[in-house]
Amino acid sequence: MLQVSIYRFNPETDATPQMQDYSIDTGGKDLMVLDVLELIKAEHDSTVTYRRSCREGVCGSDGLNINGKNGLACITPLSETVRKNKLVIRPLPGLPVVRDLVVDMSLFYAQYEKIEPYLQNDTPAPAIERLQSPEDRAKLDGLYECILCACCSTSCPSFWWNPDRFVGPAGLLQAYRFLADSRDQATDERLAKLDDPFSVFRCHGIQNCVNVCPKGLNPTRAIGHIRTMLLNRAA
Amino acid sequence: MRTISFDGVIVGGGGAGMRAALQLAQSGYKTAVISKVFPTRSHTVSAQGGITCAIASADPQDDWRWHMYDTVKGSDYIGDQDAIEYMCSVGPEAIFELEHMGLPFSRTEEGRIYQRPFGGQSKNYGEGGQAARTCAAADRTGHALLHTLYQNNVKNQTVFFNEWFATDLVKNSDGAVVGVIAICIETGETVYVKSKATVFATGGAGRIYASTTNAHINTGDGMGMALRAGVPAQDMEMWQFHPTGIYGAGTLVTEGCRGEGGYLVNADGERFMERYAPNAKDLAGRDVVARSMILEILEGRGCGPEGDHVKLKLDHLGEEVLESRLPGICELSRTFAHVDPVKEPIPVVPTCHYMMGGIPTNIHGQALTVDAQGSDEIIPGLYACGEVACVSVHGANRLGGNSLLDLVVFGRASGLFIEDALKQGIELRDATTSDIEEANQRLISLNEGSAGENVAALRKELQGVMQNYFGVFRNGEFMQEGVKKLADLKERIANVHLEDKSNAFNTARIECLELQNLFETAEATAIVAEARKESRGAHAREDFTERNDDEWLCHSLYYREGQKVDKRGVNFTPRTVDTFQPKIRTY
Repeated sequence: MLQVSIYRFNPETDATPQMQDYSIDTGGKDLMVLDVLELIKAEHDSTVTYRRSCREGVCGSDGLNINGKNGLACITPLSETVRKNKLVIRPLPGLPVVRDLVVDMSLFYAQYEKIEPYLQNDTPAPAIERLQSPEDRAKLDGLYECILCACCSTSCPSFWWNPDRFVGPAGLLQAYRFLADSRDQATDERLAKLDDPFSVFRCHGIQNCVNVCPKGLNPTRAIGHIRTMLLNRAA
Repeated sequence: MRTISFDGVIVGGGGAGMRAALQLAQSGYKTAVISKVFPTRSHTVSAQGGITCAIASADPQDDWRWHMYDTVKGSDYIGDQDAIEYMCSVGPEAIFELEHMGLPFSRTEEGRIYQRPFGGQSKNYGEGGQAARTCAAADRTGHALLHTLYQNNVKNQTVFFNEWFATDLVKNSDGAVVGVIAICIETGETVYVKSKATVFATGGAGRIYASTTNAHINTGDGMGMALRAGVPAQDMEMWQFHPTGIYGAGTLVTEGCRGEGGYLVNADGERFMERYAPNAKDLAGRDVVARSMILEILEGRGCGPEGDHVKLKLDHLGEEVLESRLPGICELSRTFAHVDPVKEPIPVVPTCHYMMGGIPTNIHGQALTVDAQGSDEIIPGLYACGEVACVSVHGANRLGGNSLLDLVVFGRASGLFIEDALKQGIELRDATTSDIEEANQRLISLNEGSAGENVAALRKELQGVMQNYFGVFRNGEFMQEGVKKLADLKERIANVHLEDKSNAFNTARIECLELQNLFETAEATAIVAEARKESRGAHAREDFTERNDDEWLCHSLYYREGQKVDKRGVNFTPRTVDTFQPKIRTY
């Protein structure tokens, strides 16, 4: 029997959160962590609350803190995370808990919106697509794939301290996605809006973001590129 | 109950909903999107291979009429030709708009959008061989599309009600739709969202089957709400089984794999599609490929200890092609099949993927019913686009890459039409308190119930019935048994027990409401599947193996009240091209 311990908090009835334990029969299968949650909700306790949607690692709903490490429940197999038969599931750290494993992501989304995450190009659009060379398009690889799961930003100490002023790894990865796009013309305006002591420069290169990203992306590298652009701009 | 008022309300934040919302937000009308998940969690995100459209990048001679021909043929001739004409001809404009919004399409050496071959796509009306017409952003086209649409809605300051769940339609005394009842999932508050135009973009319902490529959230909420409100459902027997769901997990492996040169093999290592579709081979219509796979398995040539799947071979394409063109597939295959496609073939099996049927609409997204004389009648106030709608561009079988085109083109068309209608002024009688209370009845019953069965057990039973009795191959006697089993489930699901009555982020409550929507969708599917006594497209019957154009070259309609099945004519009158006459469909 797998010993599962889940962070529980219902704002209507609980003054404080507590951990609740479940003994789960996995049938000897190497289930995904999400499968275990679904099993608990279906057969043991319908009140356990979490988000989920695609169950294949592309929608970003089920970012959780699993045995101490942020990741997506749906693509984390037990064999990868369970040691000594113990699975501890907590909400993503650093954001307010709404209920159980569900966190309020408003701050995270606000940072995303702050970087103006859309292509800016005021020249009249051609009758067909804007052309882009395969080499220029390749610059977006490793950036556009972000699924906004918040695993990175909520593992980042700088984001924990300043979630309102430090854009955080997810937001900055997207900031760079538009800075790197040959079709975008707002480079200068984008950099100007990031040019303060907090938005970018609170990154201390801890690299927790790189360590946890379920899509294998590297926000630290993107932040490094933005830093260079900001420094070149100042020079 | 609080009332919130808008000019337009869109239910669903996937590709169709966000494309419609973008159009309305740009028009300046007061618009809101109600989405049960944060929009980028919608199932559009899972679309992989691409969006099919004759933008003439891969082939400068490509013509939307060829795409139209392929789509009509793919539909097994019950796709509406006016709607297919509209989709294929307007498509390029809609794709270029997406590119201008920033969608990171893959590129050709010339810098144009990269297009790959997909199933059922031909040049020159089937005479010129395989066409490469499916526009792609690697194998993450849906992700790229959905995020681009969300980003542009942020830019245009669309109002989002994220993690709100619409429970039922509100109708006024004239029978017009004047909004929905919706729950704020975070707080549990229920409100009446009043609107002059209500757009359903609620997506599919693949979760009626036990094995599906669909997300957990694809529970047919729009179908449930529409059917309960007396709106008919069209062509609900037509469910696409995607040839390549990962064996065991059900997750999708894009047709783009076969487009890039991958192929299916049986236990003998034979490329069996050469026998079933000598010309198109692995790129025949999805219905044809799925059936061929099942036949291989039934005839003892399946792979694995149980002989219950086949394999998709990709290793001959080489690591470079796989990692650049199909990186997401490599990832999914390693995670869910424990197989590295660079070295080994992926175990796959046909898996429920797409609902061709839905709410009947015209090309403006207006929902339709049929009057006593058999003429189409517009349902005032209600619109539908995307998978929940049946325009119908897919008929009895959808071609790969056409769903993303459908949702962009008709999301946009709905938005354009509503913008125009709002300009001219929409006057609908207000709903009375009792109209609103009536719409809220289902939620009240659920909240007040104190007995009944567990939601997960009922859902599992429902999914089992659909999987066993309404799969790739169907049989009348067997389906009648399935219909009986559903009848047994009907009351039990209506009385599902909600143990947890709390307000804050109560997902147990949402799951109960979703289960009832799944049931409505499943029941409609089962009853029309039994009624359509022929084989056409995805609907393959062992007791009626041939297509029967004399009796069934038509849409089916299903009404919840009295479980009534009816027929509706297919449109054979495109505006600018000659009608494509029904022919024997071979690949």
